[in-house]
Amino acid sequence: MKDNDLIINIENLIVHYETEEGTVRAVNGIDLKMKKKRSIGLVGETGAGKTTTALAMLRLIPDPPGVIKNGVIVLNGENILDKSVKEMENIRGKDISMIFQDPMTALNPVFTVGEQIAESIMLHEDVSKKEAYERAKELLEMVGISGNRANEYPHQFSGGMRQRAIIAIALACQPKVLIADEPTTALDVTIQAQVLELINDLMEKHETALLMITHDLGVVAEVCDEVAVMYAGRIVEKGSLEDVFNRTKHPYTEGLFNSLPNIKDRKAKLKPIPGLMPDPTNLPIGCAFSPRCPYANDICREQKPVPRWISSTHMVECSAYDDPSFHIARREK
Amino acid sequence: MDKTNVVTKSSVAASRKYKKNSQLYEIWRNFRKNKGAVLGLTVLSIIIITSIIANFVIDYETQIIRQVVPERLQRPSWKHPFGTDQYGRDILLRILYGSRYSLSVGIVAVMVSLAIGGVMGVIAGYMGGIIENIIMRSCDVFASIPALLLAICITTAFGANTLILMISVGVASVPAFARVARAAVMTVRDNEYIEAARAAGATRMRIMFTHILPNCMAPIMVQTTMRVGSAIITASSLSFLGLGVPPPAPEWGSMLSEGRSFIRDYSYMTMFPGLAIVITVLAINLIGDGLRDAMDPKLKR
Repeated sequence: MKDNDLIINIENLIVHYETEEGTVRAVNGIDLKMKKKRSIGLVGETGAGKTTTALAMLRLIPDPPGVIKNGVIVLNGENILDKSVKEMENIRGKDISMIFQDPMTALNPVFTVGEQIAESIMLHEDVSKKEAYERAKELLEMVGISGNRANEYPHQFSGGMRQRAIIAIALACQPKVLIADEPTTALDVTIQAQVLELINDLMEKHETALLMITHDLGVVAEVCDEVAVMYAGRIVEKGSLEDVFNRTKHPYTEGLFNSLPNIKDRKAKLKPIPGLMPDPTNLPIGCAFSPRCPYANDICREQKPVPRWISSTHMVECSAYDDPSFHIARREK
Repeated sequence: MDKTNVVTKSSVAASRKYKKNSQLYEIWRNFRKNKGAVLGLTVLSIIIITSIIANFVIDYETQIIRQVVPERLQRPSWKHPFGTDQYGRDILLRILYGSRYSLSVGIVAVMVSLAIGGVMGVIAGYMGGIIENIIMRSCDVFASIPALLLAICITTAFGANTLILMISVGVASVPAFARVARAAVMTVRDNEYIEAARAAGATRMRIMFTHILPNCMAPIMVQTTMRVGSAIITASSLSFLGLGVPPPAPEWGSMLSEGRSFIRDYSYMTMFPGLAIVITVLAINLIGDGLRDAMDPKLKR
């Protein structure tokens, strides 16, 4: 992978929500690199900081109470955290765009679908209303909806069609980075497969980098080239799809896999991870996962783990590997 | 992609059967079901048409303000269905012509408060923080002065004429509009499609006035119609007190005021202008109620 394929480079990103009750440490130092045509899956439980990371990339963190404490997000060689509001409005939608979770609420009910797609074109390109509308029709065709439905309102569309329309809006200006925040959670399984296939196809065609936020490991396996597992605002394991799925290293990742039903042993009970995500206003001193970790020792509870590179692509953040003989129960495949 | 094409083709065929309907059409369909609202709309339409053609059919100089002393204080008859006043002027014609004043004052006043209060409310609701506090607290200050009193202050300060009357009545209901608009914006502001618009790179102004405002139209439209009614009453009250449209113009409020001293012997002189105000305001309120019901999201299937 050459360096000029690098599109986004996030370094040591820290985001806090400063409320009256205390500081919520949502994202605590994240490093992430996104490359052209490559897709990264960001996996983790609810409240792990996945969406906050995505919103930080668009500088859309609700402020107050959200504050980006530290870090750089480099897009095209420039740190977007230094940009003015006006410059940000130009970047959003043009360089980075986002697909939202719930297709039922992500379209404005008072405008036709065509108008909404045309709007995002007109915001960034100097075209007439009519041209933009024609382009909107083409975009609808591209996502598999007949162009003459552009003059219909969102309530006349089904859930799957709305998600397609939202994808069309996100891709209207051919962004370099596409963030998909749980794009299939609100859809049923058959439509899910179609939407994922569509995202995959369009990513190939437009040479977009994709950040797929999800808690569905099946979706990750289907779409992503790389996986980053998030826990309590940290990336605890990161690597290629094979690294994370077949050569799992982190106990938390193991716990996630154990919580999935096993198709070979249908009677087996699910093994959920015991306990809850720690309160982000009051994180443990040591490893954030240590209270729930079956392998945790005293060092885990007292010292923050440091990133450890197992191979050139595979990173894990777990102190237990200080002991060379340590390995988790899940076997390598 | 084969599968997806099949899906879309069949759904396109199915969708052709449905009428392409916008939200406005939906509202109209619900509105039509409400008999009272349709009655109100019919009455108001008649009044509006009357006020428009009155200018062409009735001559202001000879039929509205000319004094005909021999015919003064006549009770209702075939020649003068609503009777005549103390100067012998026909009350029916004066009421018909007077609808021009009441309606225009009511509507323009509400437009003034809608424009000022609506914009203030939208900005307050969307921006939040200090800006919201400044706007809403100054609205509270204005709202603590009774509307009529505020209007009296403005008209006495700037003189009694129709334009000042419109503005003073309008300014008095600015706080009400700001509050309604702010509340409506706050419910729409946090929707995902607003965040989506932001993620697509829309500017703040654009989000406020082209994305949020159309979604707040329901409560604002209801408030607007309802306020036209109360603006007409406020305007008539001011004219009654001699602070509104100056005589001899046949404003309903000032007609009431003129008839006041004759109420014991010639009660028709106050009854008919009073009825005119009541019917107009009632019609407008019926429309407002109908609109509110038609836009109630609970009624949606």
